[in-house]
Amino acid sequence: MYPFTYHRPASLDDAKARLSASEDGRPLAGGMSLLPTMRFRLTSCADLVDLNGIEALAGIERGDGHVRIGAMTRHAAVVESPEVGEAIPALAALAGSIGDVQVRNRGTIGGSICFADPAADYPAGLLGLGATVNTDRRAIAADDFFTGLYETALEDGEIVVSVDFPVPARAGWAKFGNQASRFAVVAVMVSLSGGSVRLAVTGARSHVFRVPEMEQALAGDFSAEAMDGIAVSSEGLNEDLHADKDYRAHLIGVMAKRAVRDALAQ
Amino acid sequence: MTTPRTVELVVNGEHRAGDAEPRMLLSDFLREQLGLTGTHVGCEHGVCGACTVLVNGEAARSCLMLAVQAAGTEVRTIEGLGGVDDMHPLQEAFWEKHGLQCGFCTPGMLMTAVELLESTPNPSLDDIREAISSNLCRCTGYQTIVEAVQAAAERMQGEAQ
Ligand code: FES
Ligand code: FES
Repeated sequence: MYPFTYHRPASLDDAKARLSASEDGRPLAGGMSLLPTMRFRLTSCADLVDLNGIEALAGIERGDGHVRIGAMTRHAAVVESPEVGEAIPALAALAGSIGDVQVRNRGTIGGSICFADPAADYPAGLLGLGATVNTDRRAIAADDFFTGLYETALEDGEIVVSVDFPVPARAGWAKFGNQASRFAVVAVMVSLSGGSVRLAVTGARSHVFRVPEMEQALAGDFSAEAMDGIAVSSEGLNEDLHADKDYRAHLIGVMAKRAVRDALAQ
Repeated sequence: MTTPRTVELVVNGEHRAGDAEPRMLLSDFLREQLGLTGTHVGCEHGVCGACTVLVNGEAARSCLMLAVQAAGTEVRTIEGLGGVDDMHPLQEAFWEKHGLQCGFCTPGMLMTAVELLESTPNPSLDDIREAISSNLCRCTGYQTIVEAVQAAAERMQGEAQ
């Protein structure tokens, strides 16, 4: 790891001040991705601003028609949250499918979406549920947040504060995870709210995406069979040692159906 | 500062302090600064689970935390679990069920299992497999580890009654 100066602010304002005072500052959330990346010397920074001391950034509250999850909320807290379990059980299932117990004890929702790993689970949760990302300066719709491979709409020094998830009528989560790493080979979040459907896929491309053909079919008939005959093109899909692009395209169809069945079972 | 600072924390119930540069991992701090070499370091990037310790009661990979982040926390390592004369039921069960061969993964397996049994005293086989899925073992094939954790759970349940 290259050397850096360590900061541990106790408030969001202090964190903002330290980031804006630095030429090359980076916030640290759970560290499950950033710390190994720094260890490999794939990335470095002059100032590491640790957000773990800012209590106001962690917590879950049920608002009017939505659930708000603080950026520094650990995955384990989402799994155990009665608010999430009652309002959006598919989101609790998503959090419970992330990594392993050590990762869920430390990793945070804010860190996951800011790192924007192409195989991370939360991006599908945000896009499939139509969430809004609240930062220290604005609100960003999930549709505009994920912009590319490890890329988001965040500006330099912008800090994610919380994520608002509208409570859907139904939602379902299905994941085909790599058996060793538990990263998504393909995973799907689907939700139904007032007749409109969102279906988001992670793990299959540079970043999370929706499948409009499936959403339209499901808006007319919210059943797994409604997607019969809809094939997702393998063009542009990821290929690695775990799955080639044709297999991933096939998995999208299978996981989409499982996600819909999961939604109907709730 | 990039210069070392003193990190104070509680390890296995004892107040400890040592110097750490901000980039020093908690795993290296425990081993090199505090001399607690029971915490093993396998991959050093969050894959193998060998370095698992409990931080404020929760299992964490000590290679995915900076030592400076552990300041003020309570850490439990394998050294705090039990010794030759007063083994923890998990240690006894690993011994009896051949839950280890070379022993490299064992400290991490034990600390992961400690958290499991403290939160889920009566785990199913699936619970045990799910919990230790974070830890790699290149020797045992895992079956004897699962059996050891199950045996320890039964023993601890019996003692609690
Ligand atoms: S040494 Fe920490 S997970 Fe492998
Ligand atoms: S006993 Fe050798 S790695 Fe597990």
